[in-house]
Amino acid sequence: MRVLLNGQEAEIAAGATVRSVLSALDVPADARGVAVAVDAEVIPRGAWDARELGEGARVEVLHAVQGG
Amino acid sequence: MATTSATADPLVIAGKTFGSRLLLGTGGFRSLDVMAAAIESSATELVTVALRRIDPAQRGSIVDVLAAGGVKLLPNTAGCFTARDAVLTAKLAREAFETEWVKLEVIGDDRTLLPDAPALLEAAEELVDEGFIVLPYSNDDPILARRLEDVGCAAVMPLGSPIGSGQGLLNPYNLRLIAEQAGVPVVLDAGVGTASDAVLAMELGCDAVLCASAISRAKDPAQMASAIRLATEAGRLARRAGRIPRRLYAEASTPEEGTPEFD
Repeated sequence: MRVLLNGQEAEIAAGATVRSVLSALDVPADARGVAVAVDAEVIPRGAWDARELGEGARVEVLHAVQGG
Repeated sequence: MATTSATADPLVIAGKTFGSRLLLGTGGFRSLDVMAAAIESSATELVTVALRRIDPAQRGSIVDVLAAGGVKLLPNTAGCFTARDAVLTAKLAREAFETEWVKLEVIGDDRTLLPDAPALLEAAEELVDEGFIVLPYSNDDPILARRLEDVGCAAVMPLGSPIGSGQGLLNPYNLRLIAEQAGVPVVLDAGVGTASDAVLAMELGCDAVLCASAISRAKDPAQMASAIRLATEAGRLARRAGRIPRRLYAEASTPEEGTPEFD
């Protein structure tokens, strides 16, 4: 199954969750300063384990950087 | 003896008390170590932070450094050109940093980075309705500042000049009007190039100064952070002390009475 992960096409397993994508990016479960949007919708931390990704989902995984 | 003690003259935004009237932007520092040193020198208690696509190669966590510095985080929505993107970014920041506070930026032009006033107002209203503490980066327009306050922003943050330009305060008159009319704190945001700009902002009646590039891109960021901290305090004291009026001609400070006559 293909998704768009941070603007890049990525192949993930069918039924993959937000959590499994984060694991593939080496983001620990308790990471601070991390947020996820799927198809322009905020996915709260508490829903990362359960939220499955659909074909073609646009996933944005963001983290804290210097700015402002 | 009067002091610059913040306890006597705190800055209060949305019910939260700050001893420092200098807000620090974290953009532009060469390294997290340099940033940490500048935070300490600045004595700031509120610093901005941004969200970008994750970079697994990034070394060190800015969140850990800021937590060690004991400062409150003010996530921004930098890089957003629409109200929709800014609102979504603010919601993501709330998840990432567990704070309702947001420095709202909705940019209208990528050359000047000037705010898009209608989109800014729209996003501010929506975020206030969603329970955010909204601190909007705004044009130096007194009417826009009033509208932002009317929709419930916790502060207004007019620019002195474009972000990173270091041009100082291009429209002191407008900034003075904004400060005079505002019922919420006014934070001079953007354009500070050096310490004197921060003094002027405070003398005009601003309640605080937000500074990033002037410190982070200075040759010695920690030293400039000290300078702008002192400038912010000096400007605040001068404002409270009350300056003398400007006169066209001199007014002798030494009495004329008793002046000797030698001829």
